[in-house]
Amino acid sequence: MSELLSKYKTVKEEEVSVWFKVAPVSAFPNDGGSCVKYKDLQIAVFNFSRLNKWYACQNLSPEKLENVLSRGMLGDHKGIPKIACPLHKRTFSLESGENLNGDLDAIAIYPVKIESDFVYVGFSE
Amino acid sequence: MKTILVVGNGMVGYKFCEKFVAKEESKQFKLVVFGEEPRPAYDRVHLSEFFENQDAKALEMAPAEWYAENGIELIVDERVADIHRTNKTITTAKDREFSYDYLVLATGSSAFVPPIKGVEKEGVFVYRTIEDLEGMLAYAAKLKAKNPNAKAAVLGGGLLGLEAGKAVMDMGLEPHIVEFAPKLMPRQLDSRSSQVLQLKLESIGLNIHLSKATNQILGDDGYITGMEFGEDDVLDVEMLVVSAGIRPRDELGRSSGLEVGVRGGIVVDNKMLTSDNNIYAIGEIALYNQMIYGLVAPGYDMAGVAVDQILGHTETLMPAEIDMSTKLKLIGVDVASFGEPFMPAAKGHSIIFENKTQHLYKRINVSLDGKELLGGILVGDASDYSMLHQIYLNGMAIPEDASQLILPASEGGSAFGSALDLPDEAQICSCENVTKGEICNSIKDGTCEDLAGVIGCTKASTSCGGCKPMVTDLVNETLKSLGKTVKNVICEHFEYSRQELYIIIKTKKLTSFNEVLDTCGTGHGCETCKPLVSSIFASLYNVTPNVEDVTQDTNDKFLANIQRNGTYSVVPRIAGGEITPQDLIVLGKIGSKYNLYTKITGGARIDFFGAELNDLPAIWKELIDAGFESGHAYGKSLRTVKSCVGSTWCRYGLDESISFAIELENRYKGLRSPHKLKGGVSGCIRECAEARGKDFGVIAVEGGWNLYVGGNGGATPKHAKLLAEQIDNETVIKYLDRYLMYYIQTAAPLMRTAAWLDKLEGGIEELKKVVIEDSLNINAELEQQMAFLIDAYECEWKQAIENEETKKRFNHFVNSDDRDDNLVFVPLRDQKMPKHWEAKRKKAEEVL
Ligand code: SRM
Ligand SMILES: Cc1cc2nc3c(=O)[nH]c(=O)nc-3n(C[C@H](O)[C@H](O)[C@H](O)COP(=O)(O)OP(=O)(O)OC[C@H]3O[C@@H](n4cnc5c(N)ncnc54)[C@H](O)[C@@H]3O)c2cc1C
Ligand code: SF4
Ligand code: FES
Repeated sequence: MSELLSKYKTVKEEEVSVWFKVAPVSAFPNDGGSCVKYKDLQIAVFNFSRLNKWYACQNLSPEKLENVLSRGMLGDHKGIPKIACPLHKRTFSLESGENLNGDLDAIAIYPVKIESDFVYVGFSE
Repeated sequence: MKTILVVGNGMVGYKFCEKFVAKEESKQFKLVVFGEEPRPAYDRVHLSEFFENQDAKALEMAPAEWYAENGIELIVDERVADIHRTNKTITTAKDREFSYDYLVLATGSSAFVPPIKGVEKEGVFVYRTIEDLEGMLAYAAKLKAKNPNAKAAVLGGGLLGLEAGKAVMDMGLEPHIVEFAPKLMPRQLDSRSSQVLQLKLESIGLNIHLSKATNQILGDDGYITGMEFGEDDVLDVEMLVVSAGIRPRDELGRSSGLEVGVRGGIVVDNKMLTSDNNIYAIGEIALYNQMIYGLVAPGYDMAGVAVDQILGHTETLMPAEIDMSTKLKLIGVDVASFGEPFMPAAKGHSIIFENKTQHLYKRINVSLDGKELLGGILVGDASDYSMLHQIYLNGMAIPEDASQLILPASEGGSAFGSALDLPDEAQICSCENVTKGEICNSIKDGTCEDLAGVIGCTKASTSCGGCKPMVTDLVNETLKSLGKTVKNVICEHFEYSRQELYIIIKTKKLTSFNEVLDTCGTGHGCETCKPLVSSIFASLYNVTPNVEDVTQDTNDKFLANIQRNGTYSVVPRIAGGEITPQDLIVLGKIGSKYNLYTKITGGARIDFFGAELNDLPAIWKELIDAGFESGHAYGKSLRTVKSCVGSTWCRYGLDESISFAIELENRYKGLRSPHKLKGGVSGCIRECAEARGKDFGVIAVEGGWNLYVGGNGGATPKHAKLLAEQIDNETVIKYLDRYLMYYIQTAAPLMRTAAWLDKLEGGIEELKKVVIEDSLNINAELEQQMAFLIDAYECEWKQAIENEETKKRFNHFVNSDDRDDNLVFVPLRDQKMPKHWEAKRKKAEEVL
C-alpha cells in the first residue's frame, strides 16, 4: 500500500481520542461536501441533510490517489448512503467505506459530531 | 495434506485457482502458484485496453490479496526452471525447490517470431504482455517526437494482428498490416469476406498489404527502418509488431521428457492428463486433439476438467468437439465467424449476402436438406452473431427460407423469434459457461431482479462480454414473461425515462432536486439522476449550475472540466474562433501569471489546463474584466460554432460564414441539452469548418444556406443530414430553434443529436415534417421556449464570482486557505503537465 493511502485508517466512534473542531455547520453546503485539513490529513466531510446525517471519509480517491472525494456527489444505493468520486464515478459507502461498484479497497471513514452548531471530526492517535 | 503446484499464472492458471477454491474438497489441498510475470494474472484478452488508461490494475483477474484470502500461495516473478518427475519436485530460477503431489502446467504460449533476418533490431515488438505494450508506447512516443508522420507495421493479418494494427493507429502512427496469405484472418474468413473486411479497414485508415513474404528487416545502427519483401519492394516503417502466431511454452515438458507434439505443445488426453499421471496441462500449452486452442473459453473448460479430475470427480471430461467461433473485438469493425466458416460444397449450401458499398458480407452454411445451420461468417454487421451462434450450437430449427437469417430485416421483425425459444441448456456465456436456464432461473426464483444482479450472481458476460446483448435480452424477456415491466428507467430512484421526467417537472413546475425526488422518486438520488434533473431544470428554466451546485456533475459544479490530477481547465468563449490580437495578449498574460498549460483546442479556441481549484475565481475575474465570458466547455450545452473564414477573406467564399457562426454561437450559448452541442458554418462546399460533422451545420451555397443536422465526430462519427436547402439566415435560425428544442425535450440522457435522429421513427424525413411542416403543431411552443431560454442567458462565471457565498465552493479546504499539497507537476516542453498516475503510485510505494 502506498504511503499516501496508509495515512488513512477508519476510526470508530468509541476509538476517538481527539474531537477536532472544524467549522460552523453553516460553512457546509446542504447535501454536499467540503474538505477538512487536519494535520497532514485531508478529510471529506458531508452534510447529508436529506438524511439529517453527517459523514466523513478520506478525501483521497483510492483509485487515482488524487484529493477529490469531497467534490463528488452524494446519493444512496438501495438505502446505503454513498459518495461518487468525481473522476470516474467510483462509488463508496459512507457507512463502511466499501467500494459499491467495483473492487477497489475500502476508504477510511471517520465519525462526525455536531455540538452547538459546530462540526467536529473524530480521530484516534 | 497433498500439494498442488500450478506453473503459470495466466488467464487459465488463474481460472484453475478460481474453480478450485469454489469446491468444498479443495480444503484438503495446499495450492501454490508460480508466475513468471511480475504481477498476478491479468486479462490478456483485453490487453489492448491498457493503451487507453495504462492502468494495469484494472486488468487484473484478481488482486494479489485474493489468493491469500483463499489460502493460495502466489509466487510471482519467479520462473519454474525444472521438473524432476522421479522425486516429484520442481526448482525455480531462484533455485528454490518445491515438491508436489500434482503438478498443473499452465504456461501458455509466447508470440512466435519467425526467423527473419534483422528481426532482433530495436523497434520490433511482440504483443503478448503488459511489458510489451509499455515498450511499444515508449518507443512510439519517441518516434513521434522525432517524426509526427512515423509509420508502423504489423506482421500478420490474423485476429491479433488486426487488433495490434488498431493499437498502433491509436498511438498516432500510420498503420500497415503485412500478411503472408492472400487474405486477412485466413483462419476465419473466406476470400470474399476478407476483401470486404479489407475495404472496411482501409476506410478507417489501416493500410493492408497481402501476399507479402518478408525477406528481411532493414535498418542500420540496430534500429528498424523498413521491411523488404523482394527486390525494390520495400515498406519504410520505424516500428514493427510481430503477430505471426503463437508457440506453446513447452520447454518444461521437453526437458522433463513429457510427450510433446511435433509442432509443440504438451500432449494431453480428455482428462487433461499428460503422459505423466501426476502432471496435468491446461490452456494454451495443452495439445488436445492435436490442436492448440488459442482462445480462453476452451482453456477455462480445461481448467474445470483438471480441477474435477484432481478432486476425484473423474467423470468430468473435455468434450471431443470444441467450439472455435470467434468475434473480433475492439477495432470498431464487426467481424465474426462460427461453426464451419468454409464448408466444402459436398456438405451443404452457402447463402451469401454481399454489399461492398456498405462493407457488408454475410455468409451462412446450411446442410443439404436445408434444416441445419453449419456455420457462417459475418463482416460489417455482426449484430446477429449471438443468435446465429446459438442456433448453430443448439442445432435449432431454421426458417424454410434460410436466407431470412441474414437478409436485412424486412417489415415485421426478425426471423429469429425470441431469445426465450432457446433450449435451457443453451450455453449463452461461453467464457464463464453459463446456460440460458441458469440466467432465466436466477430471475424466476427471485435470486436476482435485474441485469446487474444476474451478471453479479452468474458471472455471465464478465469475461469477453460478447454475450452481453443476449444476456440483456434474456433478462428483459424473462422479466416481461413474469409480468414485470422492463422500462428504460433512469436509475433506482426514478421509475421514469428522461422524457417522462421532463414532462413531469415541466407540468408540475418543480424547481429543486429534493422536490422532484419527493414528488415522483424514491431514496436520496445518485450520480446518475442528480445531473440529469439539473440538466432538465436548465433546459426548462435556464438556471445556471450556481443555483443548486450539489446536484451537478463535477464539471458543472465547478464550471470547469476536472483533469486527471484534480486540477481544472479554463476555456473562455471565443465565438466563431475570431479573436483580436489584443485579446490574445490578455489571454497570454493570464496564462503566464497562473502558470497554466496552454493549447489551441480542436474547437478552435484556447484552453488553459492545470488551474487549481482555489485559483479558478481569480482567473475568471481577470478574464471577465477583460471582456471574456464562460465557454461552457464543461457543460452539456453549446460548445462552439466552428467557422471557416468565408467570403470575408476567402476567394471561394459564398457568404460570411464567420459573422453567421458568431451570431449562432451567441444565440445558443449557455443552452443546456441532453448532451453537448456543436455547430459549424462553412463558406462553401469545400467545408473547411467541418460543419457536417457537427450537431448542426450550415454551408453557404448559391442562393442561400444548406442546413444539416445530427452529425458528430467522437466515437461513432456521423455525417449530418440535410434538413433544408438554399434558405436565408432567418429561416436557418427558425429551423434551428425548433430542431434544437425538439431534441432537448425528447432525447434520452447523454444522447447526441445523431443517435437521437437515428432513433427517431421516420428519421430525417419525419424531422423535416415536424420542423418545416409543423406536423405536430408544436413549433410555436418550441420557438417560444427557445426565446425564453435565450433571453434568460447569463454568464454563469460572472454570477459565480460576484457572489461571496457561491465563491466559497472553490476553496480546497473549508477550514484553511491552504492548497492541495499532493499535486505534482513535471515539465513538458516549455510548459508543465501532471505527473502520471502510475509514476505517482510507484513513487509513493518506493517511499514505504
Ligand atoms: C480540449 C479538447 C481537445 C483539444 O485539446 O483540442 C477536448 C477535450 C475534451 N473532450 Fe473533446 N475536446 C475537444 C474537442 C472535441 C472534438 C472536435 C470538435 O469539437 O470539433 C470532438 C469530436 C467532435 C464531436 O464532439 O462530435 C470531441 C469529442 C469528444 C467526445 C465524444 C463525443 C461523442 O459524441 O462521442 C467526448 C466525450 C463526451 O462528451 O462524452 C469528449 C470529451 C472531452 C472532455 C470534456 C473529457 C472530460 O470530461 O474531461 C475533454 C476535456 C476538455 C477540457 O478539460 O477542457 N470530447 N472533442 C477540445 C475542446 C474543444 C473546445 O474548444 O471546446
Ligand atoms: C492481444 C491479445 C488478444 C486476445 N484476444 C482474445 C480473444 O478475443 N478471445 C480469446 O478467446 N482469446 C484471446 N486471446 C488469447 C488468450 O489471451 C489466451 O488464449 C489465454 O491468455 C491463454 O491463457 P493461458 O493461461 O493458457 O496462457 P497465458 O495467459 O499466456 O499465461 C501463461 C503464463 O504462464 C507464465 N509462464 C510460462 N512459463 C512459466 C514458467 N516456466 N514458470 C512460471 N510461469 C510461467 C507466463 O509468463 C504467463 O504469465 C488474446 C491474446 C492476446 C495476446
Ligand atoms: S469553406 Fe470555402 S469559403 Fe470557407 S475557407 Fe474553405 S474554401 Fe474558403
Ligand atoms: S461469452 Fe465471453 S463473457 Fe460471456
